Amino acid sequence: MTPGVALGAPSELELFRRAWRRRRARRSTLVALLSTLLFAIVAYLVVTSAPGWPRVRTTFFSPTVAWNSLPEIGAGLWLNLQVLLVGGFLVMVVGLLAALTRSLRGPAFAPLRIVATAYVDLFRGIPLIIVLYLVGFGFPALGLQGMPTSPFVLGTVAIVLVYGAYVAEVFRAGIESVHPSQRAAARSLGLNHRQTMRIVVLPQALRTVTPALLNDFVALQKDVGLISVLGAVDAVRSAQILVGQSFNFTPYVVAGLLFVLLAIPSARLADAVSARARRRQQSGNLL
Amino acid sequence: MSAPVLDVRGVVKTFGDNVVLRGVDLAVGEHQVVALIGGSGSGKSTLLRCASLLEAVDDGQVLLDGEDITDPRIDADRVRRRMGVVFQAYNLFPHLSVLDNVTLAPTVVHGRSKADAREEAQALLARIGLADKADEFPDRLSGGQQQRVAIVRALAVPPRVLLLDEITSALDPELVGEVLAVVREVAAQGMTIVMATHEMGFARQVADTVAFLDGGVLLESGPPAQVLGDPVEARTRQFLARVIDAGRL
Ligand SMILES: Nc1ncnc2c1ncn2[C@@H]1O[C@H](COP(=O)(O)OP(=O)(O)O)[C@@H](O)[C@H]1O
Ligand SMILES: [Mg+2]
Repeated sequence: MTPGVALGAPSELELFRRAWRRRRARRSTLVALLSTLLFAIVAYLVVTSAPGWPRVRTTFFSPTVAWNSLPEIGAGLWLNLQVLLVGGFLVMVVGLLAALTRSLRGPAFAPLRIVATAYVDLFRGIPLIIVLYLVGFGFPALGLQGMPTSPFVLGTVAIVLVYGAYVAEVFRAGIESVHPSQRAAARSLGLNHRQTMRIVVLPQALRTVTPALLNDFVALQKDVGLISVLGAVDAVRSAQILVGQSFNFTPYVVAGLLFVLLAIPSARLADAVSARARRRQQSGNLL
Repeated sequence: MSAPVLDVRGVVKTFGDNVVLRGVDLAVGEHQVVALIGGSGSGKSTLLRCASLLEAVDDGQVLLDGEDITDPRIDADRVRRRMGVVFQAYNLFPHLSVLDNVTLAPTVVHGRSKADAREEAQALLARIGLADKADEFPDRLSGGQQQRVAIVRALAVPPRVLLLDEITSALDPELVGEVLAVVREVAAQGMTIVMATHEMGFARQVADTVAFLDGGVLLESGPPAQVLGDPVEARTRQFLARVIDAGRL
C-alpha cells in the first residue's frame, strides 16, 4: 500500500464479493473432501473384493515379513546412501571438469577437448548396466596389482563414469546459456578466459542448471541400487536374499518404498528450485 | 593535436560476405570526445568492438598510445585493461551486487586490495548519486541507474579511453538525461571518449568531433557545428533530415 494514502473501510460491494468468495472456497473444499473419500472407498472395495486379493496381500504386502526384513534392508540402504553421497560428489567434479575442458579454446588444448568430447559421447550412450559389468567384473579380471575388488568401489566408479557424462552435458548447456554479452563485458574489463569463466560465467551457469542437476540427482538415487548386480549387499541385494529365503515378495516392496521415501525430498526440492528459477526469469524479463 | 590516444587506421571488418567496415580512419586525441553517428547497421558497434579487441579486424590497424594493438603477438587481455567499454544493454553482472560489479576489475585484474577498491567504488557511486544502492543487485535498479553503474564500472580503473556504444538507446526517454549527465561530467574531467550515439543535441554540446559513418565508410568528420549544421556530404544531410523528422535534434 502506498504510504500516505489512507484507505477507509471496504465498500459494501467489496464486502459482498469477499463473502461470496469465502462461501465458494468452503464449498470447493467440501466437494474435494467428499469426492476423495468416495473414490478411496470404491477403490478399496474393488481391490479387496477381487478374487486373488488375499494371495496378493500375503505375497506382496505381508506386515510381518515387512517388519522382519526392515533391519537388513535398512542396513543395505546405508550402503546405497554412501554410494549416493560419494558418487554424487565425484559426479559433480567429473562433470564440471569435462564441461570446462570442452570449453577450452586454443590449439594446444585440442587433444584434451577431443578426449573430453569422446568421454561424454561414449558414456552418455552406453547403458549403465554394461558399464557396471565392464568395470565391476572386467577390472578385477585383469588381475592387476592394487586394483580394488570391492563392489562398492567399482560400482561407484561405474556410476560416476556414466553420470559424469550426463552432468558434463548439463554444465555445458548452462555455460552456453550465459549470454555472450556477459562474456564481452567481462573481457572488456580485462578479465582473461579463466577469470571470466570462474567469476562471471560459471556462477550464472550453475544457477540455471541447478534444477536439471537436482533431477539427475533424483535419477542417481534410484540407480545406486544397481550396484547390487556386482554382489554388493545393498538394499536391493538384501531384499533379494530375503525373498529367496521366504518365497515372499514383500521385501522388494519394502526396498522399493524406502527408495521412494529417499527420493521424495529431493524431488520436491527440485520442483521448488525450478519454480523459483522460472519466477526469477519471468520477473527479470519484465524489467 | 598531440599524438592520438586511439588511432584507427584503414580498419576493414567482414562477417562472411557482409563487408561491414571498408577501411575506416579515425584518430582520437587526448581529452577529446568523438561522437560516432550513422544509421542503424552502418557499423558503429562493429567499429567500437574492433577498437576494444572484442572483434578481430580483417585489415588495417588500431593503435593505442602509439602501440599497434591489432598485432596478434600482443596480450589482448592486458590491452583491454587500458580501455573502458559501456554497452547499449548495460551488461552488468546480475549475480553480483552493484559494489562487486564496480570492484571486480580493480581487485581481480589490477590486484588492488578489497578495502581500497571498495572505498573508491563507494566514492564513485556517491558521485553519481547511487551510494545507497551499493549492496543492491542490478535487477533492482532502473535502466538509467544500471547504465550509470556500468559507466562507473568502466571507470573504476581509469582507462585511457572510454568507448560508449549507444548507451542511452535502451532507456525510457525520461531516464536518458541522468545517464548523459554522467557522461558530460566524465568528459569535463578530461576523459578521452568515443561514443556511438543518436543523441544529436548531446553530441552538439559535448563532442569535439562528430564522425558520420555510412555503409562502413567514414563519410565526413569535423566539429559538431559543421557536420551537424552544414554537412558537406549529401548522405549526411539525408541522415540528419531523417533524424530531425524523428524529433531527435
Ligand atoms: N557478430 C556478427 N555477425 C554477423 N554480422 C554482424 C555481427 N555484428 C554485426 N554484424 C552486421 O554488421 C553490420 C553493422 O552492424 P553494427 O556494427 O551493429 O551497426 P550499428 O551499430 O551502426 O547499428 C550489420 O549489417 C550487422 O548485421
Ligand atoms: Mg549498434
